[in-house]
Amino acid sequence: MKTKKHGPTAALLSVLLPGAGQIYNRQWIKGIFLLALGMVSTGYFLTVLPKAIRGIVTLGDVPSRLVEADGKTVSIPGDHSINLMIQGLIVLFLFALYVLFYANVIRDAYRTGRDRDSGRVPADFRHTLIYIHDFKFPQAMLVVPAAGILFLTILPIVFMILLAFTNYSSPHHIPPGNLVDWTGLDSFAQLFRLKSWSGTFFGVLGWTVLWAFVATATTFGCGLIVALVLSQKEIVLKGVWRTLIIIPYAIPQMISLLAMKMMFNGQFGPINQYLSHFGLGRLPWLTDPYWAKFTVIVVNVWIGMPLSFLLVSGVLSSISAELYEAARVEGAGRWQQARLVTLPFIFFALGPVLIIQLAGNFNNFNVIYLLTNGGPTNPNYQFAGHTDLLITWLYKLTLNNNIYNIASAIGIILFIIIAGLSIWNYRQTRSFKEEEMAQ
Amino acid sequence: MKKTRTSTKVRVAGSYLFLLTVVGWSLYPASWVVLSSFKPGKSLYSETFVPRSLTLSHYAELFQSESLMFSTWYFNTLKVAVFSMLFSTLLVTLSAYALSRFRFPWRKASLTLLLILGMFPGFMSMVAVYILLMQIGLLNTHTALIVVYSFGAIMFNLFVAKGFFDTLPKGIEEAARMDGAGNLKVFTRIMLPLSKPMLVFVALTTFTGAWVDFIFASLVLRSKEKWTVAVGLYDMVNSYQNAYFTLFAAGAVFIAIPITLLFMYLQRHFVDGLTAGANKG
Repeated sequence: MKTKKHGPTAALLSVLLPGAGQIYNRQWIKGIFLLALGMVSTGYFLTVLPKAIRGIVTLGDVPSRLVEADGKTVSIPGDHSINLMIQGLIVLFLFALYVLFYANVIRDAYRTGRDRDSGRVPADFRHTLIYIHDFKFPQAMLVVPAAGILFLTILPIVFMILLAFTNYSSPHHIPPGNLVDWTGLDSFAQLFRLKSWSGTFFGVLGWTVLWAFVATATTFGCGLIVALVLSQKEIVLKGVWRTLIIIPYAIPQMISLLAMKMMFNGQFGPINQYLSHFGLGRLPWLTDPYWAKFTVIVVNVWIGMPLSFLLVSGVLSSISAELYEAARVEGAGRWQQARLVTLPFIFFALGPVLIIQLAGNFNNFNVIYLLTNGGPTNPNYQFAGHTDLLITWLYKLTLNNNIYNIASAIGIILFIIIAGLSIWNYRQTRSFKEEEMAQ
Repeated sequence: MKKTRTSTKVRVAGSYLFLLTVVGWSLYPASWVVLSSFKPGKSLYSETFVPRSLTLSHYAELFQSESLMFSTWYFNTLKVAVFSMLFSTLLVTLSAYALSRFRFPWRKASLTLLLILGMFPGFMSMVAVYILLMQIGLLNTHTALIVVYSFGAIMFNLFVAKGFFDTLPKGIEEAARMDGAGNLKVFTRIMLPLSKPMLVFVALTTFTGAWVDFIFASLVLRSKEKWTVAVGLYDMVNSYQNAYFTLFAAGAVFIAIPITLLFMYLQRHFVDGLTAGANKG
């Protein structure tokens, strides 16, 4: 007796022409749909894929040139390296999706064929939809969000990572006038070794680290103190106090920071006005390197303290009264109770959040950008000021100075710092949890 | 005994004094802006904290002045905010629900990937998004903002929303399935109604986001009549310093009050979200 071999036949047909296997399996609607999609996309990739790959590999090889025509000099545009790169990336991303689609069509044709071999009738279009609804529901839900993330988040990040390995920078390598080339690790070498860049880089990095630690510690410390004071049982109207204290957190940062910038204005701002009113003289809040650093820290406390306050208050309310009772029985006074019960409890509960805030402060763009815009400018720095963080420096380098390769190298370094902190934090939290379970 | 009572009194009085100082410090900048918005004249300089006379003219000017275009910005922002709110809520709900209530291959990997993507500085990809928008001809359009805000909200809110879905009891879902409800029915009839607080949270965060984002908006929107309120306010402070200060103050108050109230209403969720995010790494 001859057994039918629908499985391999259908699979082979779909290898040759996606969708053909489905039609062979008598799944008409699905087959025709896949066939049309497959033909259109195969045709598309046959024409664009070679060009896209060449574009990414060479980043263009025809420079723009001046041509004499009728006594006039006309500029003929050459290859636009950056557009080539991004178009190439788009095509490659689409191609990856196409390969995935192709593989699934073949697998589907094979499986349906195999089912036919064992005597089952292939599902018609309605049943295919029912199958998707019953068994592929999450995947179907994720199609649109995933596509968006692929093209609006992953593709841009890949693009920017690639830029770090080119010489895409002003003034000599800006398309369409000039070509951009792959230069390997040159941008990193410049950043670390070339005096003018490395001086700025290490200077800005040092301030970024200092800022991150001081900003996190001051906001948390102040939040902690306010929460402890408010938690005393003698204080009445706790809800009202709480609401008043967290107002700065609720005001949009963009607005409060712009207002602060005006408040600390050296000439007309109210702060200096009060100072001179009391005969104390005006202070260069935002224009002197040291005062500017002080001001951004203080303003950051204003913005960040309420959140720490809320977090600490949340933990305080979860500490059981029995712990304090036990401490009191042992003869611990008010301070000892705070030191032995409250503080360890808070740090244990909020440790991970503190690390997240630390990581967030590395990238605290708003406070610096809106308040000082990195200024006052530092003449020894490359395009950076005294209060610039790595993130605001990166921003200036891309949008004001068009030095993309260095900027994206900085971005990669920032990513490594943040990712390192986060992974370490995650490990710590997990081991904490395991400890808790062991007890 | 008497001695402890006086020391308690001193402590409580000191605490109240401290709290009063904190509240003063918290409220001073905001009240200064509010009072400035009622102050006659345009400049930053004011002789007294409470202006000698009060006026509503700056609020009127915001909406009447042709050259300022504040009302155009206002309606631009409203449009962008409403559409981003609708799309982002849909997208966040879809992705969070799928990643929370189902188990399928690549699920864990996708979650880890999203976490890692979140660690890249956002500005790094802004330039690429800019070039991408240029390629498809969406520069200087509100559509671009709506698309980017809506998908951006996934990165922003996914873990909060997923955390919410994780807490919904499995029992209700199973009971519905027992009665013959399929995936779609369980989602639309059972889960969505239960997740109203989360939907409100996601919707409002994206809505307010559109009102306060000035970085991406100022990159994409090139002409003044396309600007959103945040770009306009930023420009007022940055280009004119103190020449338009009272107008800026009026605009700032006008925008900040609704957002501040919304935020106060939502703040619990933000705090919960932060702690939840930390516990999941």
